[in-house]
Amino acid sequence: MRALVAMSGGVDSSVAAALMLEQGHDVVGVTLKQWQGADGSMPTSGCCTVADAEDARRVAAQLDVPYYVLDYVADFRERVVEPFGAAYAAGRTPNPCIDCNRRVRFRTLLERTTALGCDVLVTGHYARVRHRGGRYRLLRGVDPGKDQSYVLHMLGQTELAKVLLPIGEFNKLSVRDHATRLGLRTAAKPDSQDICFVKGDYRDFLRENFTDVAQPGPIVDTAGAVVGAHGGTVDFTIGQRKGLGVAFGEPRYVVDLDPGTATVTIGNRRDLEVSGCRLEELSFVSGTAPPNGARLSVKVRYRAEPVVALYEHNGQGPFVRFADPQRAVAPGQAAVIYDGEEVVGGGTISEVMR
Amino acid sequence: MPSRASLIVERPASPVRWRVRNCENVPMLYLDHAATTVVRPEVRAAMAPFADQMFGNPSGIHGVSRAAKNAMEEARERAAELLGADKPLEIIFTAGGTEADNLAIVGAALAGGRRRPIVTSAIEHEAVLESARFAQRLGCELTIVGVDSAGRVAAHEVAAACRDGAIVSVMAANNETGALQPISEIAAAATAAADGVAVHTDAVQAFISEEVTAAATGVDMISLAAHKLGGPKGVGLLYVRDGIPLEPVIHGGGQELGRRSGTHNVGGIVGLVTAMTLSVADRDRFRERVGGARDRFEAVLAVEVGGIELTVGEPRLVQHSHLRIPGIPSETLLIRLDQAGVAAAAGSACQSGAIETSHVLAAMGANDAVATESLRFTFGWVNDVGDGEDAAKRVAAVVGELR
Repeated sequence: MRALVAMSGGVDSSVAAALMLEQGHDVVGVTLKQWQGADGSMPTSGCCTVADAEDARRVAAQLDVPYYVLDYVADFRERVVEPFGAAYAAGRTPNPCIDCNRRVRFRTLLERTTALGCDVLVTGHYARVRHRGGRYRLLRGVDPGKDQSYVLHMLGQTELAKVLLPIGEFNKLSVRDHATRLGLRTAAKPDSQDICFVKGDYRDFLRENFTDVAQPGPIVDTAGAVVGAHGGTVDFTIGQRKGLGVAFGEPRYVVDLDPGTATVTIGNRRDLEVSGCRLEELSFVSGTAPPNGARLSVKVRYRAEPVVALYEHNGQGPFVRFADPQRAVAPGQAAVIYDGEEVVGGGTISEVMR
Repeated sequence: MPSRASLIVERPASPVRWRVRNCENVPMLYLDHAATTVVRPEVRAAMAPFADQMFGNPSGIHGVSRAAKNAMEEARERAAELLGADKPLEIIFTAGGTEADNLAIVGAALAGGRRRPIVTSAIEHEAVLESARFAQRLGCELTIVGVDSAGRVAAHEVAAACRDGAIVSVMAANNETGALQPISEIAAAATAAADGVAVHTDAVQAFISEEVTAAATGVDMISLAAHKLGGPKGVGLLYVRDGIPLEPVIHGGGQELGRRSGTHNVGGIVGLVTAMTLSVADRDRFRERVGGARDRFEAVLAVEVGGIELTVGEPRLVQHSHLRIPGIPSETLLIRLDQAGVAAAAGSACQSGAIETSHVLAAMGANDAVATESLRFTFGWVNDVGDGEDAAKRVAAVVGELR
């Protein structure tokens, strides 16, 4: 079989390509050019840079596989960057990696896999695909510290039939060890942390590219009394404690953002607590929703642990109800539903329930 | 004393059976000769002595320098002859076509502290367009003339844009589409339209198959690059008619009469002029053989793949086939062709390696479909008619799979 390996220039996708070769498959390496400066150049710092593409190209050369850079700039801008700005303008906290996976990587790139002469799409994500009884299942990666199943929750049966995630079977340390054994130049390369198309602070990026996110407005308390002013809701996310510009005896947190009136509401720790959240863009790996009231676990941020919750569905649409109140649940983030190690599905948080 | 390197090549060797393999280990049919082509064996042989036997720096007083200097000046004389120049010192050796274009545009526009107006076309190579924009940032007036839907510049439009002292730059043939430009007509119209006009042509892509001389075209400056002619990369020249002042763009030790500093790349210069000599001597045969390969390619492709659209009509370079296969994105097709052992191109690649949208097709008013579905096959001195047929069949097979 011939595998199209999405190579970012990092160690994980480098090793993913190597593993496919070791398993006897043919490999074609690609890097998606997703973002460029006003002058048409790729960024020179952060992720998604010329240097990253060069690393990917050199690893491909070392592995003796063909390698190409594909132009996804227009696609990526329309499907990821514009929604990223629009979400902030709507007072949400988007996850652009998920949008990229949903709308670009596992959509347009996956659809092109056959046209590019390949049978499967391979990425360096830490998650596992299993095939049993005619069904594909998506499991957490074996390394609990690196698990990336959260950002892959949108994969369904159609996608999983054409996706392989070899890295999810290993922990990070052994991936790096393997890269070192193979002498890959990316073996010791630091993990990327930032949003790939943002150089520096994402708030500066938003201010430069989306003017409507920087409307000044009031900071109010939960009773509606004005306690301060701010230079744009873009500077705030739900649960934020630092940088509020106002001082109180006890810690205060951002509990709500209203972009319509550019209002930032702050409150105490209890005001952050929510009992559940409504979901949109909801999909399930199996293709079918769990029964109403199913007791599962839900992860509401990339860096959160799954918590016990009930999946429910009423006339107003699907939602999850947490067994214990949760703090810092931000509309725009994904809520991913797990059954143990297995991803059941997930969606985007549209609204929190107090 | 080392012997003088021979620049005289009586007749070119017959094309070598030259092949590389791609990483699928498929014999590669290289059809990107407009990007760069194989160094001719005679060029390689002519350059070899300059690595060791004749390694001298021409700017010196001793015998080692003199030998190098003699070889270089002999090359200069030969280049002047081949370009129909009046004097050998009208030839300035550069580190390639891009540098020659920079020197022509920026050097001529800024000479003597002036800010001469620049008139160029929308389909020029970036080396010309970006040099013109640089000069514009320094105060020169810049006019960019458009092209018709066939990718051709109209002489009267260039003439209409010319003011006194203008620097005009229009390429002899477009590097992407292969469309030949009416350069003699442009030179005549531009120089008649205003006083003191200097006309430059970038003949980098055209020279291997088209006669381009100062005498025949009436232009004042000509850029050439060795590597498009079967010479080495990193060396080229600018012909500048005597009496046209130039501000240097590379400053230093004052070589090339102060117009282009830097120690001479003597071996490269000999390689360049050997490649020019061979190109001129071989031109008729090249047109017949390579043009025949291109024609066979297009004829077979038209039969095997329905609906192909040639981007430009005649006159065009005999080695170029720029075409659109409707419904198939060129990016996907090029990748599949690479795997199937055909090296072709579309637009130009950016720093990262992604294909960029072609400013040439945009200037021709091409819509998005044309811009993203067009690709370029360019044949070279190593190809024959069998390669044209082989290539068409391989392309047809891949297109068949994609459809």
